[in-house]
Amino acid sequence: MWSGRTALRQLQRIALAPSGVTGGATAKMQREMSTLQRVYVTRQIPPEGLKILQESGQVQFELWDSDDVPVPRKELLQKVKGADGLLCVLTEKIDAELLDAAGPNLKVISTMSVGYDHLFLQELKKRGIRVGYTPDVLTDAVAELTVALLLTTSRRLVEATHEAKTGGWGTWRTLWLCGYELANSTVGILGLGRIGVAIAERLAPFKVKKFIYTDVAPRPELAGAINAEYVSLDELAKQSDFLTVCCALTPETREICNESLFSKMKKTSIFINTSRGGVVNQEDLYQALSTGQIAAAGLDVTVPEPLPTNHPLFTLNNCVILPHIASASYTTRNAMSALAANNLLLGLRGQPMIKELKL
Amino acid sequence: MKVFITRRIPQEGMKILSAAGVCKVSQWDSDEPVPRTELLRGVQGAHGLLCLLSDKVDAEVLDAAGPNLKVISTMSVGFDHLALDEIKKRGIRVGYTPDVLTDATAELTVALLLATARRLPEGVEEVKSGGWSSWKPLWLCGYGLSGSTVGIIGLGRIGMAIAQRLMPFGVKRLLYSGRSAKPHAADVNGEFVPLDALVSESDFVVVSCSLTPETQGLCNKAFFSKMKNTAVFINTSRGAVVNQEDLYEALTGGQIAAAGLDVTTPEPLPTNHPLLTLKNCVIIPHIGSATYSTRGVMSALTAQNLLGGLQGSDMPSELIL
Repeated sequence: MWSGRTALRQLQRIALAPSGVTGGATAKMQREMSTLQRVYVTRQIPPEGLKILQESGQVQFELWDSDDVPVPRKELLQKVKGADGLLCVLTEKIDAELLDAAGPNLKVISTMSVGYDHLFLQELKKRGIRVGYTPDVLTDAVAELTVALLLTTSRRLVEATHEAKTGGWGTWRTLWLCGYELANSTVGILGLGRIGVAIAERLAPFKVKKFIYTDVAPRPELAGAINAEYVSLDELAKQSDFLTVCCALTPETREICNESLFSKMKKTSIFINTSRGGVVNQEDLYQALSTGQIAAAGLDVTVPEPLPTNHPLFTLNNCVILPHIASASYTTRNAMSALAANNLLLGLRGQPMIKELKL
Repeated sequence: MKVFITRRIPQEGMKILSAAGVCKVSQWDSDEPVPRTELLRGVQGAHGLLCLLSDKVDAEVLDAAGPNLKVISTMSVGFDHLALDEIKKRGIRVGYTPDVLTDATAELTVALLLATARRLPEGVEEVKSGGWSSWKPLWLCGYGLSGSTVGIIGLGRIGMAIAQRLMPFGVKRLLYSGRSAKPHAADVNGEFVPLDALVSESDFVVVSCSLTPETQGLCNKAFFSKMKNTAVFINTSRGAVVNQEDLYEALTGGQIAAAGLDVTTPEPLPTNHPLLTLKNCVIIPHIGSATYSTRGVMSALTAQNLLGGLQGSDMPSELIL
């Protein structure tokens, strides 16, 4: 069986066993603890990160001890008061309200994510707070999931598993459940960063004919690695058989994937988004899919998350939706956890972080 | 000359036949298989027969056709539906469609491996049923290819194509097994190892061999017991290579992490089969070659094979009897 929660809970118990930092401390320990920097951790992060914080001897931390329920806002605003450091995940909005509640001790925010659209960067910069994040360690897992989603969408695996379970599988038929091949296709990347390059590298041996990309400006070094041609957004839409969105969510990219884009795409094209839901206008996507403007779409990110189960996109056979699992491999999530913990500790010591976000 | 076609086939093949202008076509113009009585009537006096793998071409059909019949062209790479002894006896030639489906099948195998390893069908179900509440650090975690060992059983054309597609995912070791080492394995840094070593050392086991008396039931209790309990098992070759009861035990007993199958015994698999109840077993209905372009190419090749046989000239892909 999948070794998920049971095995990992055992690992967590081992990691935390030596002493519960938040309770049952002796007076001596309490005096020692008061010289430790105070940290709040907004979720039960994977064991490697917690172990690093625990064994550092540098911090005392409090933890919202749930893996699957985000810390309620009220609780969060209460718990950050006086904190020196905050380790968060992408479900927490780090805005002026929160930073005010935390107060002047707060020096470091460390997020266990590569995206930072949940962080109000101007407010952080204003207060001289440093920010750590987790690029690179998740690139492989995200690129892998994006390719998995692309293939699941283009080769109709969800429809296929459904037919196998419900009796739609009869005799062999020539055009039943046919999909669109990567061989001889043009793949377009919207936003060429680390993840975009990693995706292209994985797609190349499927005999893709051409890689094209668009971005705010050409990225010659990255593009050179995958032999990709720089084009306008319009050309990306017109030429791509597979269009994959890999850009960050910014004011410029918000809803950049809208009616204007979809109307220029091929009827046989496949649209994939594993970046941020806000990059897509979901009503326009629904129209494009239901009227045959594009062939199919695969989404790992939506607005909101979770997407309500009565959302129209769920009524479409040609739309595959996943619950934001692009970086969800055991090794990757533990690596992210460890990196976030180390970023936090280094930042609190006034040292360079392993991965610091330039504000 | 008269030709009978047993199904509606992609347009690519039909265009080639009409452009050639050498035959009069009679066709069962449906997506569903031709009924036996219709087949026996349709082949009467035919010079050529274009068929699918769902059509059993045996002595009864050949007798019904009569002495004009010189070529049978099947739109498939498999030919177990053709009674080859009877066909050879009558001096009839046979065309089929190997090679043109290698890319599509390798692509589907990788798609199935990734969907199984990264738990996509489970993810889709959770989203639809309301199981998705928020981003969670350990929810739906799967096993990545990065740093892994992949074992391919049977490094033929399709096995090689699978290996080539897996390389950029950061696979650390590529193992393969079979009757003999393959020179082209060097292109994927493939290591030729005994089957037992492949089974016990691989994080991903991919079955890509043909079905023979030696490989029938190869993947059984002993096989699965040697695999890692974090390993993923993928079969897109033939259902009979796998003992399905043993696979069920291995999946429910935690001997292996998950399995993905594009082929089963029988096909279709009955909807009440226990394997279909398992979250860690992904089953798809034999769609390895199912892309529009590949089926179009298969259709064209089938038509060209047929014309070659009708005109007494070379066929692009002739089955040597």
